[in-house]
Amino acid sequence: MQQILFFFVRNKNFLLFVVLFSISIFLTIQSHTFHKNKFVNSSNFISGSIYSIKNNITGYFNLRTENNLLVEENGRLRKKLEGYKKIIFIESIDTNLLSFKYRFTSAKIINNSFSSTKNKLTINKGKKDSLDTDMGVITSKGIVGIIDRVSNNYATVQSVLNTNSQVNAKLKKSKHFGSLVWNTKDPNIVQLIDIPRLAPVKIGDTIVTGGKSTIFPEGILIGTVIDFIQTKDENSLILNVQLFNDMTNIEHVYIIKNLDAAEILTIEKELENAE
Amino acid sequence: MQNNQILINIFRFVILVLTQALLLNHIDFLGYINPYLYILFILIYPITGNKSLLILLSFLLGLSVDIFSNSGGIHAAASVFIAYFRPLALKYSFGISYEYNTLKVSSAEFTQRLLYVSSLVLIHHFILFLLEIFNVNHILLILKSTLFSGIFSTILILSAITIFSKNNK
Repeated sequence: MQQILFFFVRNKNFLLFVVLFSISIFLTIQSHTFHKNKFVNSSNFISGSIYSIKNNITGYFNLRTENNLLVEENGRLRKKLEGYKKIIFIESIDTNLLSFKYRFTSAKIINNSFSSTKNKLTINKGKKDSLDTDMGVITSKGIVGIIDRVSNNYATVQSVLNTNSQVNAKLKKSKHFGSLVWNTKDPNIVQLIDIPRLAPVKIGDTIVTGGKSTIFPEGILIGTVIDFIQTKDENSLILNVQLFNDMTNIEHVYIIKNLDAAEILTIEKELENAE
Repeated sequence: MQNNQILINIFRFVILVLTQALLLNHIDFLGYINPYLYILFILIYPITGNKSLLILLSFLLGLSVDIFSNSGGIHAAASVFIAYFRPLALKYSFGISYEYNTLKVSSAEFTQRLLYVSSLVLIHHFILFLLEIFNVNHILLILKSTLFSGIFSTILILSAITIFSKNNK
């Protein structure tokens, strides 16, 4: 017994090292799976509020460009509104045509990263603003990512610039769809894979979200094709897509809540269970 | 450790974590190169101080940085690793008798200091990027990031040691 005790005392540093190192590795592996990093993320109270304070200070530096963006978007929305007005005057409104399926919440990014291989962002809204995991995050120009974890006041977003990220996307013109992934090379260029070889792709084509999931509605802008290559087995194409968003300086975002998501997921689950 | 030293270390811990999270993580020189200054805490921890405490503190230090950068446990793992192997690096760079002749990292010879800092920085960064990228196929990317960030960190740490040491001439 004494021998064992002596062994522990003599090697206490080594044992401590092994235990702490294993905990860290465990946390690392857990963080590689979406939604699993329960303990270590910046949506907690302390780091969230520190990032908010920092953002309150640095937010002033690019007010002008942000204002321009908002004015631009307002203009675009106003134009659309004029279009709707005409319709409303001419005929009665068909509420099925107006989409009430999605609700948009605005938020501000308080921490942004784009230089590692698994980038995440932190935003200043959380459960209190009825945000939840698996909601899409966009800007007025295009997509940003998907909410990963929420706390009461903050949430972390898995950016499209994350090797774990996979977003359903399609060619706007020909409706061929594939998955949007990132090869970590350039923070403004992502890859669209699994596009069939025969799809008519041209440089400059627009890529939009596919709407085949409950996260993003169909037709949210993503980017334009800058070049494409065939995979080695020649069955599909890999498209390099230049994002409309400059991921390095986004500030204001919208979170999309799909009001039918729960219903769609339940019915899909029922189907899975039946099989 | 005396009370005074404990206070200094706590203060250093907080300042280094905040600098790392708010400033240095956002440098992104050439797109991906960031210095990791926070391991300065481990490097200049008193040589005669409690080693188990250092390992525990390194874990907390790394974990705090991880929380701010949403990175799981990669900083914690790398920090604990160099905290455990620090005595080895000390022996290697300053000679076997470092423990008896009250050595201070800031007053040692430059070449010895460079060897000590750069070896631990490179080991730390290698583990860090290995765990972050987590794919042996990208070994070149891991080595490249280790080298470039390592040079950046080493320069920053050496300058920090020089600037903040009390006995500069």
